[in-house]
Amino acid sequence: MAYSDKVIDHYENPRNVGKLDDNSNSVGTGMVGAPACGDVMRLQIQVDDEGIIQDAKFKTYGCGSAIASSSLLTEWVKGKSLTEAAEIKNTEIAEELALPPVKIHCSVLAEDAIKAAVKDLRDKRGE
Amino acid sequence: MKLPVYLDYSASTPVDPRVAKEMMDCLTMDGNFGNPASRSHVYGWKAEEAVESARRQVADLINADPREIVWTSGATESDNLAIKGVAHFNAKKGKHIITSKIEHKAVLDTCRQLEREGFEVTYLEPDSDGMITAAQVAEAIREDTTIVSLMHVNNEIGVIYDIAAIGEVCRERKVFFHVDAAQSAGKIEIDMAAMKVDLMSFSAHKIYGPKGMGALYVSRKPRVRLEAQMHGGGHERGFRSGTLPTHQIVGMGEAFRLAKEEMAKDHQHCLDLRNRLWEGVKDMEQVHVNGSFDQRVSTNINISFAYVEGESLLMSLRDLAVSSGSACTSASLEPSYVLRALGVNDEMAHSSIRFSVGRFTTEEDIDYVIAKVRTAVDKLRELSPLWDMYKDGVDLSKIEWAAH
Repeated sequence: MAYSDKVIDHYENPRNVGKLDDNSNSVGTGMVGAPACGDVMRLQIQVDDEGIIQDAKFKTYGCGSAIASSSLLTEWVKGKSLTEAAEIKNTEIAEELALPPVKIHCSVLAEDAIKAAVKDLRDKRGE
Repeated sequence: MKLPVYLDYSASTPVDPRVAKEMMDCLTMDGNFGNPASRSHVYGWKAEEAVESARRQVADLINADPREIVWTSGATESDNLAIKGVAHFNAKKGKHIITSKIEHKAVLDTCRQLEREGFEVTYLEPDSDGMITAAQVAEAIREDTTIVSLMHVNNEIGVIYDIAAIGEVCRERKVFFHVDAAQSAGKIEIDMAAMKVDLMSFSAHKIYGPKGMGALYVSRKPRVRLEAQMHGGGHERGFRSGTLPTHQIVGMGEAFRLAKEEMAKDHQHCLDLRNRLWEGVKDMEQVHVNGSFDQRVSTNINISFAYVEGESLLMSLRDLAVSSGSACTSASLEPSYVLRALGVNDEMAHSSIRFSVGRFTTEEDIDYVIAKVRTAVDKLRELSPLWDMYKDGVDLSKIEWAAH
């Protein structure tokens, strides 16, 4: 199938690949998807005392569109507040990457991942 | 080296130039273009001669009588004609059919259609190596079973079934035995005089012949009777009507003649390259061969690269033409039904790639492929949270995943 140039760019040069310390109180982790479905995303965010996202890292097992969706998301969330980050919609990701209809679920997964990471962080902080 | 490197010979082979030459001689005014069924002039007689010579060439490869070869449009049509033909003709005797879970769709979908018509089908389960035994067949045969249909070589994982032993069981129990040999003809010896097989399907384009051409072997002794699927004109002794495509038939004949002549050479060539490929990747961590390694055709190797998803792997391997076991381009994200039937777990099934080599594959091709695959797998594992977890000693089967 044909991928958009943006998907290929993120796939060839994924941004912010890596892992943050899950035990830190300033790190939130969202792990979504399942190996059975062919997609697993792990998205992590690190926030400062003001609740602004300073760093984001991801690792994704999945197709090119899934990798690109999570890579793009890590770029977008940096500098955002938790509330702003949790408001990112899958449609914005799908539009930016020009995902075809069969790949929309990859952007949904990315949205789920950031929401899960924000929730994890808030739970940790007892918010 | 031609890019992308073609390692999908199980899907289709290029036509051998020697075959193409023979075919081109049967098309234009200067060539052998007549209708083989025309009885009233030399154009027809010459075409008929070419068709009958090709029939002998196909029969020779499998040690059969040329009168046992029926031309079809390919293995799919042959499978339909064999299974529906026997099932319908013998419906008064019984309505039970035996096949396996890992047959080609041409057999599985034909069986599904017969189920809709009121037939009952038993789907044998392969073991984790992909094997199905004669004992399993013996156990499944009932009073009302009329036909057993199993493939000789599996198209995805390349494993070879012991059709000689299964044939003995079927003959003893007076059940017809159909074998789809699309993936085995020209690759392993087939001796119809020795084996108790009643019907066998062949395809031309899997062994350097043209697409759109196949044949069905229909045994004369014992005689197999079939209900025809295609009517009109009574060609092929009524088994399959329709004007015979001389150029296609001549192409299949020449392809089968070459296959017989060069089988030992082709076999060694493919085996060396296939093994070279496996030697080049097997030292990587968590790399597994799907299907029995020993009971396997020389042209195929199906490998799972654990913790790497198949579609993204293929994206990295754009300079290779291979087949993924995972049908991820569909919305269903279903991994291969063949691998699933073997009990291969999901992340392994999603990460499988079928490499199939052939007559025109070179050592240079294989070395290029090895380098590309190693780089791509390493890169994607760096990106994979599952690889991290594996490295941290996490048992992935113990995690409760949220299926989506």
